[in-house]
Amino acid sequence: MKLSLAEALRMAIHGEMKRDNHVFCIGEDIGITGGYGGAFTVTLGLEKDFRERMIDTPISEIGIFGVACGAAMMGMRPIADVQYGDFLFCAMDQIVNQIAKIRYMSGGKLKVPVVMRAPVGVTGRGAQHAQNLETYFLSCPGIKLIAPATAYDAVGLLRAAVRDDDPVMIFEHKLLYGSKGPRQEIGVLDASSEIPEEDYIVPIGKGIVRREGSSVTLIGSLMMMHYSLIAAEILAKEGIDCEVIDPRTLWPLDTELIFNSVMKTGRVAVIEESPKQGGIGAEIGMQIAENIPDYLLAPIQRIAAPNTPVPFAPVMENFYVPQPERIAAEVRKMIEEN
Amino acid sequence: MDYKKIIEELGPEKLITMYRQMVTIRQLEESIKYLFLEGKMPGTIHQYTGMEACAVGVCSALLDKDIIASTHRPNGHAIAKGLSLKSILAELYGKKTGCSKGKGGAMHIGNIDKGMINGNAIVGANIPIAVGIALAFKLKKEGRVVVSFFGDGATNEGAFHEGLNMAAVYNVPAIFVCENNQYGASTNIKKVMKIDHIVNRSQAYGMRGDTGDGMNVLDVYCKTKKAVELARSGQGPTLLELVTFRYCGHSRKDPNNYMSREEKEYWKKKDSIIFIEKILVKEQILNNEKINQIGKKVEEEIAEAIKYGQEAPEPSPEETYTDVYINMEVPK
Repeated sequence: MKLSLAEALRMAIHGEMKRDNHVFCIGEDIGITGGYGGAFTVTLGLEKDFRERMIDTPISEIGIFGVACGAAMMGMRPIADVQYGDFLFCAMDQIVNQIAKIRYMSGGKLKVPVVMRAPVGVTGRGAQHAQNLETYFLSCPGIKLIAPATAYDAVGLLRAAVRDDDPVMIFEHKLLYGSKGPRQEIGVLDASSEIPEEDYIVPIGKGIVRREGSSVTLIGSLMMMHYSLIAAEILAKEGIDCEVIDPRTLWPLDTELIFNSVMKTGRVAVIEESPKQGGIGAEIGMQIAENIPDYLLAPIQRIAAPNTPVPFAPVMENFYVPQPERIAAEVRKMIEEN
Repeated sequence: MDYKKIIEELGPEKLITMYRQMVTIRQLEESIKYLFLEGKMPGTIHQYTGMEACAVGVCSALLDKDIIASTHRPNGHAIAKGLSLKSILAELYGKKTGCSKGKGGAMHIGNIDKGMINGNAIVGANIPIAVGIALAFKLKKEGRVVVSFFGDGATNEGAFHEGLNMAAVYNVPAIFVCENNQYGASTNIKKVMKIDHIVNRSQAYGMRGDTGDGMNVLDVYCKTKKAVELARSGQGPTLLELVTFRYCGHSRKDPNNYMSREEKEYWKKKDSIIFIEKILVKEQILNNEKINQIGKKVEEEIAEAIKYGQEAPEPSPEETYTDVYINMEVPK
């Protein structure tokens, strides 16, 4: 069955709620009959089968994550939804001080198996509705971070997250949901997959090689994985053979997969849709520099957004996001110089 | 207030237990204060002295299976919910056998096995968490209730507003106990709110509100019992304001110079332990001999727990890495 990423998440959430009656969804506009199933249709219609476990909330992000935290401590498995990931900042205390730390502060007696869904991505909405938030949580011990770039991975990782006893944040890219009709976004990419019947999971902490190559390793998640693949096709015509790695989990990182690839190619660029400052590239790059410096034939590259808020004007936004052409150009330069 | 009826209902055994818990809290806080000032204890302290009737009155109206959520000032709640003195002292000393293995410290005392989640040092943060706990009880139809303890200061937090609104909307079995001790750290509530009664805020959420005398353990018990009955029978949450006073500073080495002498004397005349002592003596449940016996026994228990805490084994530095995740090692 071929599903878009949003449909795949819906199917996976439905399946998890059916499998385990401790699973419930909580968020704004998620289960309103005649509504739209969260901001991006992921929970559309789930209230028909699970009315009691689709908890529609006031516009209260502290409340959403606090309630999810408390319910999880008592053995429930909440899936908390914010319409736009940007709103997570309203709930930072509950996420960072509470959900992430309660297990530790209790000496391991409490567990907080919350799944936090965070739509991200630069999408024509300016500075407060279109950020990539991954790096804010990369420095927060206690939370696992996953980022599925395909519908197949979205199903497998969502299931893994719900069944995990630790808090997991799942980043979903607005341009990969497969939006269509009146809700279609500009610049969407097809992330749909053939979803097998069986109850598979994609393990948290395992990345994947999306394209094998020998000249250089490109590491990118969500949109940047897709753009890296496009850049790789451009460069292939010039004889530059890119290996593209999709980390799928941003914490814990699959360093084994990354190191093996870099040891093979000797060159690496980390591609990210958020600012370079304190970014994913800074983390992955230093992991490589600390652990396998002798394998590097060229300096580690970071191909990232500028260190600015997300701009609105389409021309500035295009400049902000590393486009496939820019990725190709920077990688080409790296190969030429080294 | 009809003391006779409550005293009859509680019975001498439970009343003595409650009295004893209050004495334990008072003595524990006094002992900790000196250990701390002598530099014998690490970290920081936030003490409950003066407010004993609140914790004991509330927790006496709960069942073992019910849950409480406490604050950065958790010692009173911990004693009232039945945590052992030894596990508290060992935690205060940062020891391996502490209630959180030394990972929590003075502001995060708790033990889920006793029905107390770990104290929360972010003001107001336990309120929405308590709503979640109550929602779980409701979804699982467990017949349990949760109490969220917080101070007057917490009612100015966004978490209070979001949490109480959601609790009312979802009609969950929760009791929000505001221990109004008049001060948020050094700031008197009159400086930071325009209302005289915090309980009035319940109206904004369509929630039941009630007020109790936080220096009178019998009144606190009665008011809590009513709120618990309503919550447990599906009739929704209550905001219960307990008017009380903290005899000590906000935290370590705070000499509370911002409180006037008259104010301190006014509240000490209402002292919760002296108050209940008088009633129990009058009712012939206690006499001077018994009072001395209890005081001495508690003193011994605390001395023993302090010794235990001091002598308990240190955690190894490497234990820093455990209890972060359940099924994976911390990546290094």
